[in-house]
Amino acid sequence: MAEPGTKASDAVHELAITEGLVDAVTQRLPGARVTCVRLEIGALSGVVADSVRFCFDLVTEGTDLEGAALEITEPAAVCHCRVCGQEFEPDGPIALCPCGSAEVTVLAGQDLKITSVQVA
Amino acid sequence: MCGSCGCGSGAVITLLADRPVPAWLGGHAQPMPDHPHRHVPGHGHHSHGTVRAPDEFLDQDEPHAHHDHDHPRVLQSADSDRTIEIQQKVLAKNDDLAEQNRGWLRERAILAINLMSSPGSGKTTLLERTSRELAGRMAISVIEGDQETALDARRIQAAGSRVVQINTGVGCHLDAEMVARGLRGLDPPSGSIVVIENVGNLVCPALFDLGEEAKVVLASVTEGADKPLKYPHMFRQADLVLLNKTDLLPYVDFNIKQYMADLRMAAPDALLLQISATTGDGIEGWYDWLRRRVPAPHD
Repeated sequence: MAEPGTKASDAVHELAITEGLVDAVTQRLPGARVTCVRLEIGALSGVVADSVRFCFDLVTEGTDLEGAALEITEPAAVCHCRVCGQEFEPDGPIALCPCGSAEVTVLAGQDLKITSVQVA
Repeated sequence: MCGSCGCGSGAVITLLADRPVPAWLGGHAQPMPDHPHRHVPGHGHHSHGTVRAPDEFLDQDEPHAHHDHDHPRVLQSADSDRTIEIQQKVLAKNDDLAEQNRGWLRERAILAINLMSSPGSGKTTLLERTSRELAGRMAISVIEGDQETALDARRIQAAGSRVVQINTGVGCHLDAEMVARGLRGLDPPSGSIVVIENVGNLVCPALFDLGEEAKVVLASVTEGADKPLKYPHMFRQADLVLLNKTDLLPYVDFNIKQYMADLRMAAPDALLLQISATTGDGIEGWYDWLRRRVPAPHD
């Protein structure tokens, strides 16, 4: 188990999300022995990559994914400012344009998706 | 564990209603006989693929959620391992089911609102008042999500609305599958409003589409003014933010100007209405907001 204070219940939606991840892979590739799962967690997805890593071993136990590696990439968010028109990468979870405007549209970085898996 | 809510034994759905509870709802405080979240010992993994909506649900309107996708594409061979491209949203299944809920609601001209907040910000008090004051003007029913108890559902029922209670156990949010079952239990009339009172939590519910038409975040002045910046994922999705307990503003340290500025940063597109669900101040703005969105009933 992990460090004291790091429990599955501290990462409740990440636990649900990791279960969703395992479900999605086992449904797409029934019976395959999966050795690696590659996941993309956008900076504005609301999901903490470390929590998913923590849950992954727990959730995969007894499944086709048991023992598989988990590779996570965390692409930066991209926003469009409706005031000055520029595209920018927000610094943190509050999408504020460098021009000071909060009138922004999130173009990328909210995705939470499986990109590929490796099977033996 | 449950694949959609992280709970240990799955949600329990109880209809508080004036008619017998359908068998597929499992009666009072009992898991569904064919409960999709049942954990199989030794299986170690809950497959969401076993989730089944009630039979009538399947037969009538919607096929069970199935994620449309191309066949996996083999990209390369390296030693004995193969890399298979998938490109699939992790929550695709929930999103598919949510879309089915949305279609079901639109076909029947029903307005569904996903009401989210921290615990204790006044969701149930707001819905009690709304039920009482809109009685005879707009039909409202409620899907009530809590980890445990039917206390809130009884309050809503006493205020005059039809209500179905979903207990999520240790689950921290409602998902689209629970809402699908709740909707079948309620069977709301055309031209009515269904308010889905989510589990009190400003984190997890933000990730799960339920098939609602609009997301409403209820905040209260007693929680402190820093919530929009602390929970930006939740606030960013809000169509409407209701700031409740404004009758307590003289007694709490709450800078409303700062709150409005912070909310603008976290949720530039959200409308803010200030209300007191206890005194009724500002509540007509909420009713107007609802009224503008309720579709005309089908004949």
